[in-house]
Amino acid sequence: MEQTNFQLKKQDTQSQEWSKRLHHATRATREDWIGRGVSYLCIGVIILVVASMLWFITSKGIATFTQNHVSLWKFLSGTDWSPSQGKIGALPMIVGSFAVTFAAAIVATPFAVGTAIFMTEISPNKGRKFLQPVIELLVGIPSVVYGFIGLAVVVPFMRHLVGGSGFGIISATFVLFVMVLPTITSMTVDSLRAVPRYYKEASLALGATRWQTVSKVILRSATPGILTAVIFGMARAFGEALAVQMVIGNAAVMPKDLISAASTLTSQLTTGIGDTIDGTLPNNALWSLALILLLMSLFFNALVRVIAKRGQLKHER
Amino acid sequence: MNAKRKDMIATVIIDLIVAIVVGILFFLLAYILIKGLPHVSWSFLTGATDSFDGTGGIGVQLFNSFYLLVLTMLISIPISLGAGIYLAEYAKDNWRTSLIRSAIEVLSSLPSVVVGLFGFLLFVVKFKIGFSVISGAIALTFFNLPLLTRNIEESLSAVSRSQREAGLSLGLSKWKTEVGIILPVALPGIVTGVVLSAGRVFGEAAALIYTAGQSAPVTNFADWNPMDAASPLNPFRPAETLAVHIWKMNTEGLASNAAALSAAASAVLIIAVLLFNLGARVLGSYLYRRVTASK
Repeated sequence: MEQTNFQLKKQDTQSQEWSKRLHHATRATREDWIGRGVSYLCIGVIILVVASMLWFITSKGIATFTQNHVSLWKFLSGTDWSPSQGKIGALPMIVGSFAVTFAAAIVATPFAVGTAIFMTEISPNKGRKFLQPVIELLVGIPSVVYGFIGLAVVVPFMRHLVGGSGFGIISATFVLFVMVLPTITSMTVDSLRAVPRYYKEASLALGATRWQTVSKVILRSATPGILTAVIFGMARAFGEALAVQMVIGNAAVMPKDLISAASTLTSQLTTGIGDTIDGTLPNNALWSLALILLLMSLFFNALVRVIAKRGQLKHER
Repeated sequence: MNAKRKDMIATVIIDLIVAIVVGILFFLLAYILIKGLPHVSWSFLTGATDSFDGTGGIGVQLFNSFYLLVLTMLISIPISLGAGIYLAEYAKDNWRTSLIRSAIEVLSSLPSVVVGLFGFLLFVVKFKIGFSVISGAIALTFFNLPLLTRNIEESLSAVSRSQREAGLSLGLSKWKTEVGIILPVALPGIVTGVVLSAGRVFGEAAALIYTAGQSAPVTNFADWNPMDAASPLNPFRPAETLAVHIWKMNTEGLASNAAALSAAASAVLIIAVLLFNLGARVLGSYLYRRVTASK
């Protein structure tokens, strides 16, 4: 009797142990949980950063309208920017930003597309061995270096060419043109390379010349990619701060012509934010400029998505 | 005008465009190197900046740039590694994942000046840390995270499915498979991406002028205790980097030879970026050979 009892007890503890082992997570499962937790945490941090960035800048940016009761329309259409006297018309900066962005994109696109065609269709060998590394290097050159070149070369050149101070929209355009050129070129090259080989072969087999093939087949089918490249270039130009600030002259007045000092949203922000006190109107007004920058960058982002979707549909059909 | 003639004209125009582009690019590089390199010397690279007119060496700035780079990478690599693993391995194909992806895209497309202002608002105004190395490093992290995350995710996803299946069929956990098998295979791509992003971080200035500050207090390079105020390692001191220094010399230039000094500093910056690019290629292909046992 006693012996069986002992045996039963022993069996009991044994089965308890087994059930413990079987019902509890193994080391591998626990590891998996921890790993999963860590990776969720990391993505959470990034989401938190994005959310708080959007929240802080938006709440700071709208303070001009909610706390200082400046009307939105007056802010967007006013041409007099003297925040210390309570006048905050942001139009000069908005016009300046759009002017340099569009001008740089318009000048850079033909050059970028031409270079990309050369690299993919005319001389792929030279393109890959020589132009590709140079363009990759240029994408990586810091913007202050471009600004410095602008200040040391472009501004004096413009001064000699057209007179005046040399600072202004045209100098900023030129600096931005050189800055966005490698970005647009390298993305255009990618989209030209993504055109299926048989498109080109079919066109050439029909007796088309190289230019006919390039202009009517390759560029046509790479259009969404090229547009995306141009928009990326514009987004970079719109958000560029220091290089523009160094050559545009930083006068918050409506740009009369291309060769007099003007300013952009970014240049006004870099020069102004350190000189204003947190919570006052001049400071809030600058944050409103930052909010415009943020909204424009969201807009460029959305535009890229729309184009990507359209492009997909085209290929599927 | 017939098609052949058009073809010829187009080719000539494109050749011309390329010649202009190459001309501009070479002028850029040549200008900086020719104007700058003669002024680069050992004493310029290690010397202190004259606090009155900004002349003199760039020793402190160069150190600050590297210190910020190291701190930024220390913070951003683990986070983006985790986030990259999440996106490549755990994320399901649903609206939540696409929302996360758009958030990362938004972060990567924000102008760096906006990222810098956010850092300024958060660390300098709200937390009152002041212009400091740590504020700068975190601002640079914000700016670096999306790119690095995307790069790591792409490198991980590019690893073939059979490797994953092999790991799981051996009874390894998903995590162990990811860390023990997939990550080493993806390492060359990840390292290339990290080094390239290091080049970007090294040259960034707009995000730093209001976070790491625009002054480079003279530091005592014999004092390596991070808690001392004069120590170069103290994360709470303001730290003007090389890129910020170039900007400052050109906008508030008190120095009579600002142009020559900026050219020299720009040359150093460009050579550093060049080395990062080259390093990325060499290191990437070396690791690839080591890890995959292919030639």
